[in-house]
Amino acid sequence: MSPRVTLAVAARVLTQLRRDHRTLALMLLVPCLLLTLLWWMFDGDDTVFNRFGPPMLALFPFTVMFLVTSVTTLRERTTGTLERLLAMPTGKGDLLVGYMVAFGLVALLQAALAVGVTVGLLGLAVDGPVGVLVVVAVLDAALGTALGLFVSAFAATEFQAVQFMPALVVPQILLCGLFVPRPALPPVLEAVSDVLPLSYAVEAMQEVQSRAGVTLDLGLDLLVVMAFAASSLALGAATLRRRTA
Amino acid sequence: MMNIAVEVSDLRVERGGREVLKGVSFEVPAGQVTGLLGPSGCGKSTLMRAIVGVQAGCSGVVTVLGHPAGARALRRRLGYVTQAPSVYGDLTVRENLRFFAAVLGAGAGAVEQAVHDVDLQSHADVVVGRLSDGQRSRASLAVALLGGPELLVLDEPTVGLDPVLRRDLWALFHRFAGEGVSVLVSSHVMDEADRCRRLLLLRDGELIADDTVEGLRRRTGAADIESAFLAIVESEATTGGPR
Repeated sequence: MSPRVTLAVAARVLTQLRRDHRTLALMLLVPCLLLTLLWWMFDGDDTVFNRFGPPMLALFPFTVMFLVTSVTTLRERTTGTLERLLAMPTGKGDLLVGYMVAFGLVALLQAALAVGVTVGLLGLAVDGPVGVLVVVAVLDAALGTALGLFVSAFAATEFQAVQFMPALVVPQILLCGLFVPRPALPPVLEAVSDVLPLSYAVEAMQEVQSRAGVTLDLGLDLLVVMAFAASSLALGAATLRRRTA
Repeated sequence: MMNIAVEVSDLRVERGGREVLKGVSFEVPAGQVTGLLGPSGCGKSTLMRAIVGVQAGCSGVVTVLGHPAGARALRRRLGYVTQAPSVYGDLTVRENLRFFAAVLGAGAGAVEQAVHDVDLQSHADVVVGRLSDGQRSRASLAVALLGGPELLVLDEPTVGLDPVLRRDLWALFHRFAGEGVSVLVSSHVMDEADRCRRLLLLRDGELIADDTVEGLRRRTGAADIESAFLAIVESEATTGGPR
């Protein structure tokens, strides 16, 4: 790995995104609009909005980055640019970390906007430091990016890559505690939710919302999210082969 | 300076249970343009991928610039163009080149030189996705030229280009060869053979000729390489030579 190559990859991915105005607008504005929609749905009922808001803040960066990354890396695999890069002095780590850096920056912007709208405009009640919400969101984005990189290895077309979303992301959304608090799930499902990364991401958001200051539980949740991201990244690296059939 | 750029010995490649290359041996001389010719599907791309070191399922020995194919030391010394234009469609030609130059550690001068070499100055700031097929494949070629590679492996770089451009590109390949670069170019268009110093004829995963253009003509008594190719295939069929 070399910082020069890693930064070149990150800068290149950002240039590509900057050129794609529509994707960029969708990534940044859709979360804000959906959160506003949620607030409007429960018009005046702050308790419901306060319950659903934080998990949503965890969901968006995770889901959006998962989709964007799996499609972008798949494109890289199918157009031959990946083969070309791996025939050059590019380390696998350069590619993976480069992607993480680029999408991490986009996630930072996305999270700042979403948190700004929910807390600033819509009045989401947060006891903990608001800035930590953004940090948690960026880590969720890193998780989505890492998982998307890994999954792209198993998709032959963009169609398939997109279909991994309902297969891998929706179950996590259902079991993360958004609809039914996790302890109230049937024991088997609770055990399953214990090994799904999004559960910890959502828990971290709820932790920031309900406790003043940075708690140990929050630190542990974030550690679990980072461990999941790191292991999917390692798995993703294993799927990048210099020699292919 | 080495006289041999690439040495291939008994290379066999299996893909999906089928033997695509059936024990191929040859040498690519340094500082020359060597043509790899044969019909579509005969194994040209697989052979080039084996030389570049991105093909899985190889057996035999492939030595490139004194190193085993795919060695880390080669990644900066080799320029490779795949058949599909491996450039980013949503970046301009110059942005693509700047990115790959940064990966290679080549300077800004290399970018402008490469744009100039493939004659894309007028389209350097156009997004690749909006270029014609020919321009896009030249953009891909330009990437391979970055950083002054010692060996160029070009998979059908002239297919689909207009005659003037094809002539210019072949002139460019010979200019590189004159500067000591070893160039291996594949094509399924037989009339491009005349533009190479040395020819490798591949058919159905087997090498059926490895000779100079004049040598091939003399041996087969054929006027052009297409007839020479046919003559070799037919003589093998009647003598029951290697299938």
